[in-house]
Amino acid sequence: MAILLLAEHDNSTLADATARALTAALQLGGDIHVLVAGANARSVAEEAARLEGVAKVLLADAPAYEHQLAEPVAALLVALASSYDAVLAASTANGKSILPRVAALLDVMQISDIVSVEGPKTFKRPTYAGNAIQTVQSADPIIVATVRTAAFQSARQGGTAAIEAITGPDSALLAEFVENISVKSDRPELVGARVVVSGGRALGSASEFERLLLPLADQLGAAVGASRAAVDSGYAPNTYQVGQTGKIVAPELYIAAGISGAIQHVAGMKDAKIIVAINSDGDAPIFQIADYGLVADIFTALPELEATLKARAR
Amino acid sequence: MKILVPVKRVVDHTVHLRLKADGSGVDLANLKMSINPFDEVAVEEALRLREAGVASEVVVVSVGPGRAEETLRHALAMGADRGLLIETETMPEPLGIAKTLKAVIAEEAPQLVVLGKQAIDDDSNQTGQMLAALLGWGQATFASKVVIADGRAVVTREVDGGLQTLSLPLPAIVTTDLRLNTPRYATLPNIMKSKKKPLDRRALADLGIDVAPRLTVLKTEAPASRKAGVRVNSVAELVDKLGEAGVI
Repeated sequence: MAILLLAEHDNSTLADATARALTAALQLGGDIHVLVAGANARSVAEEAARLEGVAKVLLADAPAYEHQLAEPVAALLVALASSYDAVLAASTANGKSILPRVAALLDVMQISDIVSVEGPKTFKRPTYAGNAIQTVQSADPIIVATVRTAAFQSARQGGTAAIEAITGPDSALLAEFVENISVKSDRPELVGARVVVSGGRALGSASEFERLLLPLADQLGAAVGASRAAVDSGYAPNTYQVGQTGKIVAPELYIAAGISGAIQHVAGMKDAKIIVAINSDGDAPIFQIADYGLVADIFTALPELEATLKARAR
Repeated sequence: MKILVPVKRVVDHTVHLRLKADGSGVDLANLKMSINPFDEVAVEEALRLREAGVASEVVVVSVGPGRAEETLRHALAMGADRGLLIETETMPEPLGIAKTLKAVIAEEAPQLVVLGKQAIDDDSNQTGQMLAALLGWGQATFASKVVIADGRAVVTREVDGGLQTLSLPLPAIVTTDLRLNTPRYATLPNIMKSKKKPLDRRALADLGIDVAPRLTVLKTEAPASRKAGVRVNSVAELVDKLGEAGVI
């Protein structure tokens, strides 16, 4: 089997999401090529070449791929696809935008968000906000699938794959890039973080969200997440949202503070190893899935938790 | 300018799901069904564009069973001008839906198609992108802001690292995220009026499109369940437990 895996990157660094999707590709088995489509992205290709299990890195380095817009990247993947049995990408915003275009142009049905590889054409994927796991088998000649990164560990370093420069087809300019407004943070990436501290609407305001959650997150070296209610209320940026339609995380430790536990939120974090719920409402559904539940006022419990952890770390 | 909004009838998001004991799927008998929430946001956005004078007509289309008429009537009660039901008792996959919508678009010639980014039943997140590809149109997925001006759609998207703005020539495909708007409630007079709005029905089988499924669902099972753990009485006890578990 020959597999083409689309790399997720920012033209300078390869995202961990790709190393996780690579693990899914390794479970399918065969010759795995990673495609880096970007502009001035050689450093990304070099990183991809060092991942264990990668046979070759294809580098399509051109201004048209700078922002990895769906139309040109899909055209590039379609041009390459005839040499492969499977085309994969991580279920990132880019992967989710690009791969269905590829599937439609190849006239195959995409398999979204695979969480396990059951056979060369058989996969498990979540539906209904993760409440029904389907095992699906494809009858298409080529597999096009996105990979839920939280379900796979990152592939290891240690590869020495060759990098081959390629050029893609000319394609009509459809969408034009205008701007990115990035949420910068020194904290770990939410997806892939070992610890996540998430806040809900109970925090009451953006300033309280920051005052109560950020010091605790820093003390734990944690990424910061939020419920949809907190994001909708403007307490946290959209990049923090954990849930069915936000980011899917599976950290070692997930602390849900002032989050009631709607199924749409739980869909994004229920695969965490340990879940802690802190909520003043002892009947909140979040307690039904929490390993450790503390019924308490978050406005006093969160600073106390931070102080206790700080004292313990000394 | 005409805007087309495809809508899907799905299990209501508040319903507690039951799986069939034999693993053959979800038991949909007697469940409350509603318009897919992302599609409702798409309808609302189209209505706002019409009210702003950007669009002249909002057409809603659904591919699904006869009872999907309820979903279309809901969109008509919100304010859409007319509906089109492409009837089929077996729900096609996103690829089949995209092919069907392409045929509808060939007749309706909308300048903008606004779809929900995903349906909350199959969670596929594919139809809009597939439709854009089949039409050779540009796409802007996961929209949180849409501005139409000078024959272009300027769309702000929710992406992993923040927000991204794209400018697309029309016709174009936009898929909605939930923060794009808050859908209006249908008022009683508008619900009454919606019953008289035009709604065409056509059989999917008559369109001559191959929508045969490519995927076979071998099994549908419940996820590994989590059990409630223990209640701790204090922050100190919580920290002790986390220490014992080795996660701090």
